[in-house]
Amino acid sequence: MKILRILAVALAACSVASALTGDEAEVHVQAPHLDTPRPLNDTTRQAAIRDYLESWKTMTEALEQNRPALLDADFAGTAKDQLTATIQQQAALGIRTRFQPRSHTIQIIFYSPEGLSIQLVDNIEYDVQILNKNKVLTAKQVHARYIAVLTPTEVRWRVRLFQAVSE
Amino acid sequence: MRHALPSLPAWLACGALLMASPAARTQSGDLTLPQKAVAGAALTVQTSGSGPATLYIVGTGAALRRQVQLGDAVSFAAGDLDIAGHYVAFLEHGGATDVGEFDVIPAAQPATLAFLAKPSRLSVDLHDGVSGAVYIFDAYHNLVLRPLPVSFQLSVPGGSTESRTVQSHDGAAWTQMNSSSREGAAKFVATAGNASSTRVIEQVPGDPCGLKMSAQPDGQKIALSTDPIRDCSGNPVPDGTIVTFTESFDGEQTTVDVPVKKDIAQAEVPAHAGARITVATGVVLGNEIRWAR
Repeated sequence: MKILRILAVALAACSVASALTGDEAEVHVQAPHLDTPRPLNDTTRQAAIRDYLESWKTMTEALEQNRPALLDADFAGTAKDQLTATIQQQAALGIRTRFQPRSHTIQIIFYSPEGLSIQLVDNIEYDVQILNKNKVLTAKQVHARYIAVLTPTEVRWRVRLFQAVSE
Repeated sequence: MRHALPSLPAWLACGALLMASPAARTQSGDLTLPQKAVAGAALTVQTSGSGPATLYIVGTGAALRRQVQLGDAVSFAAGDLDIAGHYVAFLEHGGATDVGEFDVIPAAQPATLAFLAKPSRLSVDLHDGVSGAVYIFDAYHNLVLRPLPVSFQLSVPGGSTESRTVQSHDGAAWTQMNSSSREGAAKFVATAGNASSTRVIEQVPGDPCGLKMSAQPDGQKIALSTDPIRDCSGNPVPDGTIVTFTESFDGEQTTVDVPVKKDIAQAEVPAHAGARITVATGVVLGNEIRWAR
């Protein structure tokens, strides 16, 4: 039994490792599901989703390189504070995390009436590797549902809340 | 989904991992994780087997490590894991790993609200003129996702209170309300559970209603004075509001702009028999007087 389990873990790691050499994640965008009075025009919707996807790239780099400064462009407030703390904890432990999204399925679910926040949900599949220097400690494929709240800044939407939730 | 062939380095790494497996097998332990843990609450992870190991819990919200003896329970104190999210947990022992995943969910009770209210200043008696949106957080700044009733109240001192209760969805709730008919600093309060947040919205008088002036002879001039200027709800318009008196006579116009002082506006124009005098403020036009004397 133990051998089988170890083999299964090893094969899962192989699968994840192969995926990490692959292409960009697939992105599916569903029609917004809104009950607020403020209309969400296409330009705003596209900008929010573009900036949200960009934030995943930024977060991936920051967590893999343990460089919290990379978060500045795409994150603000609580999300930035929490990710920064996580990166500091990783650095203190001598580990780093490599995320590789396989697919995003994104839907905007709330656009506040005054236009100052957009909330979206992302059903995401990703591979995650946890490394100590260049040694892979473990690897796993994950399905998760993330909720993000974005707020506008001068030129872009920034992620202010970023939280995985139970499916 | 795509399926790519593993790269050579990936297969070499896998081979190394597989070769390490038999040595790990004798020391392998099991990892028993809760399916869900509550943010900020104490957490116990059960292990089995024997020998030393290292337990990691890693997610976007935290990265923790504990040295453990397999077979022992590993306890995390309240507050050790307080960021809601999805976590990977794994035991590393002798080159082998046991890996699992679990969720940390927000605490049930709201602790703080992020309350966005707009605008900060508006006229009285506007339908759906005030909007408010809240995001609900627990004590650790996690979004509380379970549906909760959120009440909104808008009140002006000495005036009526408008209330509305809505259900939150995915941690967010919103409402729109009419501004009240009474001017003043309105308190806009949002409440969910024991958490509440207040914003102040300045409600100012609306456009004047029924602008009316009267005229009296004053030597070679006409003394013009309005009645007290109020909006349609009876609130006096603020001092400083500009009122324009216009006299038309013989193809020429004389215009006088004056500010409201103590609810009324006053001005003098030359007295011309047959002159036509009008009064206006903003987009509101008042009565007209034809001067016959």
